[in-house]
Amino acid sequence: MGLLYQIFIDPFMQMGQAPDLLVQTLWEGLVGGVLYALIALGFVLIFKASGVFNFAQGIMMVFAALTLVGLYEKGVPAPLALLLAIGVMYLLALGVERVVLRPLVNQPDIMLFMATFGLTYILIGAGQLVFGGDPKEMPVTALGLPKGAIDLKILGGLVSLQKIDIAAAIIASIMVAGLAVFFQKTRIGRALRAVADDHQAALSVGISLNQIWVIVWFTAGIVALATGIMWGARSDVSFALQVISLKALPVLILGGFTSVPGAIVGGLIIGIGEKLGEFYWGPLVGGGIESWLAYAIALAFLLFKPEGLFGEKIIERI
Amino acid sequence: MFYREVGQFKTSYAADQAIFPIRQDRIGLALILAVAFIGIPLIGGEFMIASVMIPFLVLALAAIGLNILIGYTGLISLGTGAFMGVGAYACYKLSTLFPQVNIIVWIISSGLVSCAVGVLFGLPSLRIKGFYLAIATLAAQFFLQWCFVRVGWLYNNNPSGAIEVPLHTLFGIPITGATAKPLTRYYVVLTIVVVMTWFASNLVHGRIGRNWMAVRDMDIAAQLMGIRLLPAKLLAFAVSSFYAGVAGALMVFLWLGAAEPEAFNINESFVLLFMVIIGGLGSLIGSFLGAALIHILPIIVRTTPGALGLSIGSATAEHLTYIITGGLILFFLIVEPHGLARLWQIAKQKLRVWPFPY
Repeated sequence: MGLLYQIFIDPFMQMGQAPDLLVQTLWEGLVGGVLYALIALGFVLIFKASGVFNFAQGIMMVFAALTLVGLYEKGVPAPLALLLAIGVMYLLALGVERVVLRPLVNQPDIMLFMATFGLTYILIGAGQLVFGGDPKEMPVTALGLPKGAIDLKILGGLVSLQKIDIAAAIIASIMVAGLAVFFQKTRIGRALRAVADDHQAALSVGISLNQIWVIVWFTAGIVALATGIMWGARSDVSFALQVISLKALPVLILGGFTSVPGAIVGGLIIGIGEKLGEFYWGPLVGGGIESWLAYAIALAFLLFKPEGLFGEKIIERI
Repeated sequence: MFYREVGQFKTSYAADQAIFPIRQDRIGLALILAVAFIGIPLIGGEFMIASVMIPFLVLALAAIGLNILIGYTGLISLGTGAFMGVGAYACYKLSTLFPQVNIIVWIISSGLVSCAVGVLFGLPSLRIKGFYLAIATLAAQFFLQWCFVRVGWLYNNNPSGAIEVPLHTLFGIPITGATAKPLTRYYVVLTIVVVMTWFASNLVHGRIGRNWMAVRDMDIAAQLMGIRLLPAKLLAFAVSSFYAGVAGALMVFLWLGAAEPEAFNINESFVLLFMVIIGGLGSLIGSFLGAALIHILPIIVRTTPGALGLSIGSATAEHLTYIITGGLILFFLIVEPHGLARLWQIAKQKLRVWPFPY
């Protein structure tokens, strides 16, 4: 009985008693969710256009941020370092298309999945070889991002919002909106959607698959760079960030592999659910449940909707 | 010329359905076993046995377990590392609670514990498929790993958080703990791996294995043909986690001697997945080849510069190991997407018709 009380009643009592804490937790969950959603967005872009489940998205994020910070530490001015990092992501997209995708086209999904594992290893090794394995600090102010916190007095308490988090939320929304316009309105965007629908049909109307793949991986690279900057500003840039990117996987299955809005909604659900769970229910089992709660939430959703919230309905034929 | 079935007539159905229908295959297998049981202990040094052969065998056993799940039943799992952990912790717990019972009994029983946990986490597989399932198994990976850290009962509240293996003997000879000789441990591991491989081989070549493969190729079609999906899939999860659990127990008790929760993290699961895919999906020999390649490759990469007289810092060497391993994974996937086992089959076919091209 006491246990049931602790699980079902006590956390809500706490929420009611300290609404400012609840708002703070919700805000942190929201920001975490936005960042998960950004990583998931990179996955979705690549999965839609090339059918590759890109495990390397997480390390691409670290690699992009590391390139930026590494160049900055070597004395390159921040805006130039940003441009150069974008250039590196473009080269990476070219290389991936030429070395990985082109020889492996039409192989089973799991082979391409494994190939991105190989890519992950190469990027980890190369990143450490060139820039060293130590955590690096993101030059937040040099990039023109705000620092510090805004304290709001609401609900009889103090809620503190980090400015960088607000910036992250704004940049994320701009990026999502930009991608939506890019997909719906531009010529290349339409070509991307055609490729996503059917490779062969797209080829037969004269769309170059190879070119599209480079564009998609480059776009995912830019998304990775933006995500890397945001994560790097919250904690330092290091290879440990790659583990965070695994958190984007439950976001993906929650939202569906092929849906951009799904990635956003999934990210928010996972981010908020995780923070609330850790804060209010975590102490019951000794804390640290953040490491698996996201997966449990996603699993619970999946049992009712096996293709995710916004995924394409899976139709199976014999 | 040497590898041909000409003149080997089958006079019974049993002979016709044998797993190794060609006499040369049986001779080859006997030779491999002879080398493993007699040759390697004779010529191999302590390093060879303790750091190359024992890990190779343990990893190959875990890879067989994963291959049953991915290669034979088509269910992708990223939680093998955690299931190995379940085996290791179960074995530790059982052997410290009842130290008088033979350790081999506990190693096998810990496989059964892992089996039960595997079935539990395999339940969603009926509704979820493909990559969605892969991510669902990550839930098992992270949840179990969290248990290994947070549940003190599992490691007897050892302040270091690690599990340490006590001394156990078999017929009066120490086989686990600090005083056990590598050679003794090698023989125990080898025997268990050989017996379990033989068992797996019979399983996948029989009715159950055929059911699994039907499910892998198309589960709805398999269902229409009268295969019940839930038992087939759960059995695959059960057998797979049993193998992983035994491999985990062997890893801690006969290879490492002690382990921390970190030993069973997600990287372990990924490494095993590499082994299965590079070795060849749906092939037992592929599991061995993959384990050999993935385990021995970094050792070679690490020792080559020293042997060539080049001096590279250990950090640089480690980074290079990453790059080279990644590059080789890509190389093997592009050159032979069906894995090393496929290369082995091509070689066999060529040998069969040699000296003619077809």
